[in-house]
Amino acid sequence: MASAAHAHVMPIRNYVLVWFVLIIMTILTAAVSFFELPHMFWNIVVALVIATFKATLVVLLFMHAIASSRLTWIVISFAVVWLGILFLLTLTDYLSRGIVPSMPGH
Amino acid sequence: MSPEHSILTPEEQAVVHEHTVLDRHRLMEQFHNLEQQTETALVGMWVFLATEVLFFGTLFISLAVYRYRDNAAFTTASEQLNWMIGGINTVVLLTSSLTMALAVHYSKLGNRRALVWYLLATGVLGLAFMGFKAREYYEDFEENLVPGTRFFDDAEWLERGPRTADNPTANLTPAQVPHVKQFLLLYWIMTGLHAFHVLIGIVVLFGLAALAKRGHYSPVYYTPVEVTGLYWHFVDLVWIFLFPMLYLVGLHNMSEIHF
Repeated sequence: MASAAHAHVMPIRNYVLVWFVLIIMTILTAAVSFFELPHMFWNIVVALVIATFKATLVVLLFMHAIASSRLTWIVISFAVVWLGILFLLTLTDYLSRGIVPSMPGH
Repeated sequence: MSPEHSILTPEEQAVVHEHTVLDRHRLMEQFHNLEQQTETALVGMWVFLATEVLFFGTLFISLAVYRYRDNAAFTTASEQLNWMIGGINTVVLLTSSLTMALAVHYSKLGNRRALVWYLLATGVLGLAFMGFKAREYYEDFEENLVPGTRFFDDAEWLERGPRTADNPTANLTPAQVPHVKQFLLLYWIMTGLHAFHVLIGIVVLFGLAALAKRGHYSPVYYTPVEVTGLYWHFVDLVWIFLFPMLYLVGLHNMSEIHF
């Protein structure tokens, strides 16, 4: 039979609550983007923080990652790590262009 | 799968053929037990989604790198998008994620009617998303935001500058116009690929609803519902990032509020 761990049942109330928070966060992110924060950088940071929070809610509670097996957690962690490598190495290159002076002969 | 691999007795198999519910929950020989069989399907979907994360990740990093190069051009281009439709679609997709989660919930409880209903609701919300998308794309065509003959009319873009409070008449320079086009191309590629994922999801959801109605799933076996749920939530997840990164970039230029 299907194991008890697999059949993780949450009360419906929780799902509706998650949905409600997601909607509020959507309104918040749209509202914040109407304001010009001191630097463009902060607009991006706020948008990304809210989006990441929403994504975390979806992964943990809608996709039941919170109750899934250790193997699933490894796969999720590696997805995040690989995405981090992709972003980090690409940005290290592009954001540092112009900072490092061009070297003669290269 | 041949009958000799079945864990059921012939009598049970006779029952199974009447109620297809149980027929699908046989242990295949490569697995130790049913728990492992189910987990394999779930982990398989998670691995696929991990590849999808990188697939969309490359597009997001492209957007970030080119926006860093010319934020003004990207802001001007983003202003042309219809953020209201983008916002409505965000709510539609989030709601469809709720109905999908409820579909999985009721498949666990064995409530077949609710399962079918919520699968259909999720599919219909997916269709609504595509409807708003179609409306939005139509507007984009009308406003020449699509690669085509007039898309390359640079003069039109030079008139649309970054309208800031300090400099309300600022225009883009000719060198910035290619960057505007770059933003719009990324917009079409990213929303287009996302919409393609939604379309696949809709087809799968209606297929699942038809099978669920015929009693294919039960509290013992609902792996396809759960796996489809993972896929659908992921599609929602991509949109959660697409919405602020594409539609909300230029909004602060349109308001009078500044700090």
